[in-house]
Amino acid sequence: MNKIKAIITTAILLGLFPIPLFSMHIMEGFLSIKWSLFWWLIALPFLIIGFRQLSKKLKDNYDLKLFIAMAGAFAFVISSLKMPSVTGSSSHATGLGLGTLIFGPLPMVVMGFIVLLFQALLLAHGGITTLGANTVSMAVFGPLITFLVYRFSIKLKTNGKAAIFLAAMAGNLFTYLITSIQLAVAHPDAQSGVVGAFAKFAGIFMITQIPLAISEGILTVLAVNALIKYASDDMKDMPVYINSYKKDEVIA
Amino acid sequence: MKKKYKSIAINISLMLIVCALVVIPLAMNKKSEFQGSDSKAENLIKKVNPKYKQWFSSIWEPPSGEIESFLFSLQTALGAGVMGYVIGFYRGKKKEKNV
Repeated sequence: MNKIKAIITTAILLGLFPIPLFSMHIMEGFLSIKWSLFWWLIALPFLIIGFRQLSKKLKDNYDLKLFIAMAGAFAFVISSLKMPSVTGSSSHATGLGLGTLIFGPLPMVVMGFIVLLFQALLLAHGGITTLGANTVSMAVFGPLITFLVYRFSIKLKTNGKAAIFLAAMAGNLFTYLITSIQLAVAHPDAQSGVVGAFAKFAGIFMITQIPLAISEGILTVLAVNALIKYASDDMKDMPVYINSYKKDEVIA
Repeated sequence: MKKKYKSIAINISLMLIVCALVVIPLAMNKKSEFQGSDSKAENLIKKVNPKYKQWFSSIWEPPSGEIESFLFSLQTALGAGVMGYVIGFYRGKKKEKNV
């Protein structure tokens, strides 16, 4: 057992085993100008629609403001915690699940974008040129998948908590899947092409990400529990998606 | 009352699972440094696509690991503070209503 560990460690050290990766975001300058622009162009319409939706919601209702603050704060906290994973590298969760369950996916594009911008400018984490691509993977696709999985699970009459857990977890995993695709199309493998590169990026991403995705699912459930426990009366009349979470299932 | 205890137990066990998910990887990879390192990612891209040249680098980088963790902690603290405020606000509001 120790021998195997030693071999793996050596392999990592030699860089043969590309495990320690992009703690989530594509780094500055690592997409060509063409791809940087492409992803920025994809991200822009979502940002504009998301911003419109968000400001409309802000105008309508004071209490919603607090929920938006809560969702943003949750994303801030979660995405700042770099957690170790089984592969010996660390990465972080997205934290966008909570907001998606409250407001739906589009407003979260803006919030994800803000988090990414903060990290790109102040932490040299991600980047300005790759911000478009990172926005698409984390802030567009992540929340979208979370939303779809949640709605679908509720339709299948899944327990509300399980639905939230699955949704947040799926959003997290999907973010990495998209990142892998983005890297693979921009940097195809010399021999095996885009598919080969994708397998390389995704295979590793997924393993690193599984425990983190589970954590993200659980933390989102905990945050929803807290909100529902104290604010369910306020949420009753709001256009809030977790209201489809059945009241008798609320244990918090 | 029973329901309340059950819910506390559930929430605590959920938190413990999250703790375990952090601790187990640490115990499994005692020799690893747990970098989420960008420089190693760089190597991977360079291996897959040796001709690629990084054409833009970060405008500003935290000058040291200390500054970086300061900024990360600041991010966490700000977020946690706001979350505490919101939950506290609703808790107080609910309590007031029940009096």
